[in-house]
Amino acid sequence: MNAVSRNENQALSRAVLEIDVANHPGVMSHVVGLFSRRAYNVEGILCLPVGDGRQSRIWLLVNEDQRLPQMIRQVEKLEDVSAVRRHHADHAVFTDLEAFFQA
Amino acid sequence: MSETPNETLTGAQITVRLLERQGVRLVTGYPGGAILPIYDALGQSTAIRHVLARHEQGAGFIAQGMARVSGEVAVCMASSGPGATNLLTAIADAKLDSIPLVAITGQVPKAMIGTDAFQEVDTYGLSVPITKHNFLVSSTEELLDVIPRAFAIAASGRPGPVLIDIPKDVQSRAIEVAAWPEPGRRKLPAAADGMALAEAASLIAAAKRPLLYLGGGVIHAGASELALELAEKSTLPTVMTLMALGAMPVDHPLSLGMLGMHGAPYTNLALDECDLLIAVGARFDDRATGKVAAFCPQAKIIHIDIDVAELDKIKTAHVGIVADVAEALTRLLPLVPENPRAEWNARIDALKAEHPQPLPGVNDPRSHFGLIRAVAACLDDDAIVATDVGQHQMWVAQAYPLRRPRQWLTSGGLGTMGFGVPAAIGAALAAPERTVVCFTGDGSILMNIQELVTAAEQRANVKIVLMNNAVLGLVHQQQTLFYGQRLFASEFQAMPDFVAAARALGIAAVDLDQAANPCAALADAFARPGPCLIHAGIDAEQKVYPMVPPGAANRDMIGAQA
Ligand SMILES: Cc1ncc(C[n+]2csc(CCOP(=O)(O)OP(=O)(O)O)c2C)c(N)n1
Ligand SMILES: [Mg+2]
Repeated sequence: MNAVSRNENQALSRAVLEIDVANHPGVMSHVVGLFSRRAYNVEGILCLPVGDGRQSRIWLLVNEDQRLPQMIRQVEKLEDVSAVRRHHADHAVFTDLEAFFQA
Repeated sequence: MSETPNETLTGAQITVRLLERQGVRLVTGYPGGAILPIYDALGQSTAIRHVLARHEQGAGFIAQGMARVSGEVAVCMASSGPGATNLLTAIADAKLDSIPLVAITGQVPKAMIGTDAFQEVDTYGLSVPITKHNFLVSSTEELLDVIPRAFAIAASGRPGPVLIDIPKDVQSRAIEVAAWPEPGRRKLPAAADGMALAEAASLIAAAKRPLLYLGGGVIHAGASELALELAEKSTLPTVMTLMALGAMPVDHPLSLGMLGMHGAPYTNLALDECDLLIAVGARFDDRATGKVAAFCPQAKIIHIDIDVAELDKIKTAHVGIVADVAEALTRLLPLVPENPRAEWNARIDALKAEHPQPLPGVNDPRSHFGLIRAVAACLDDDAIVATDVGQHQMWVAQAYPLRRPRQWLTSGGLGTMGFGVPAAIGAALAAPERTVVCFTGDGSILMNIQELVTAAEQRANVKIVLMNNAVLGLVHQQQTLFYGQRLFASEFQAMPDFVAAARALGIAAVDLDQAANPCAALADAFARPGPCLIHAGIDAEQKVYPMVPPGAANRDMIGAQA
């Protein structure tokens, strides 16, 4: 996280990405690496296996930035990514977790 | 899967068998402890020949030379640790130029991964950002899936390098193989959108001053013929990126040659005037566009590319088409009406006449441009032209009469010094019937000079033209032009005797500076088969002109006057 306070952070517009991926040890670094190499901060990450465990779902909370459409295309290009869906920042997946992140 | 009687094979034997089944006949690499099981199995193969490089980076670039010339996926190998790290530069280079490679690295046994074992590095982690995809193989069984997939990924869509890291125990363990997978092949992408093609055709028909802008994707897709047909049918003046040189013969009447930082003055000025830019397999690289806001300021843009992420990345297209460019051009062609465009082409001719490419000394074989033209005069269009990176590279791009796709091998995106010699060797191995000429510099050649031994051993038909200006010319040029002439770390204090060095490494060498008749000496060198170093002194004060200063608009070239 950067020096921006939590409230200020909330004020920035955000997006939530829902990414279906193959479940193996390298997949997180593939996805997250696309953001880190562009100095594009990822504010929140969640990942759990789905179904029989061969697939996982990664949820990312990211800042809305003019680069976001390009980021999504880059993520979609990854071999292990089968789908990317974009949601509004108020998606329950992160808001429901607030209780675990009280300072 | 094809049924065969069960066989018990080690992971190493399975790997080699899968390579054979892919049709691989030539691999290059460098062995070490963690990949010895595969080398042992490779030694038993009667189908695959292994060329031993003298440095893993050399192996990576030899494989690139093979892939760039053939269009097929090429294979290189290295051991764990330093073997793998030495390979990385060549892999990154392949990524930026979209070259299909499969790199196979040995890794320490699975149980030792993460223990800082001898020669353990995180090859998987290191290669994530520089490969199209990568694998750390966790079981011998997985090889049957991973290896064909690696080939399919490397060759499909926008090509690129794929790395397979195989722990030593995965190589050594034997399993029963009941059936073999189909070899991995290029998967065809979805067809181009018909509506978008129709829209593109009407934009082309309506345009008054259109330009065709060809990138490396045209070469990769084998679409040069089609691009030429489109240009001729609609009389489209055509610019090429560094990667696309040869897609249209540079002396074709519609060719404006290379655009961008070191493009000809008339080329960049024509781009300033165009009202429609038809980008095909090109990615609006900053060396091509200069300051993006000032690139083709009046133009609508049609962008055809196989990689959807390239559309709207740098410039927003009015019509964006995601497709194999050969397929898209095939279907676009009948929709585009014939059009002589007399006025626009007259304007282009006027620009060419008023703002020519300066080619000082082109008739003097002892000057840089003259040497390049004298070399070209010894060769026909069957020859392959490789370069290293520096002034010499740009001069060759400006002055060599490139006329055919896959004739031109150069490190475009990464601009890697050291590319030239091994890439030329790979080219000669892949196309032994052709002559390969490699233009290099006194800085670049030292980055992979050990591969001269490989060239000698393989009797590779490479002629290495060393343009020796005793400086890191492109650095020298920037320091002279933009850093108050403060030359620092760009002039060599010590200069090896390159002719003697080449001979010591086992190849013939000739010094043009000592030759009474340099053209005759060149012809002589080219007439003899096998590798040869041709040394020529070049004036260190020569610049690559024109030059668009970094960050400037393409119209603001320096040194554009002839
Ligand atoms: C591996 C690598 N290191 C550094 C550079 C930066 N660089 C670009 S051109 C150049 C000078 C090349 O010198 P030389 O091979 O003698 O060619 P010249 O420009 O003199 O023709 C340098 C240092 C590079 N492109 N690649
Ligand atoms: Mg030099």
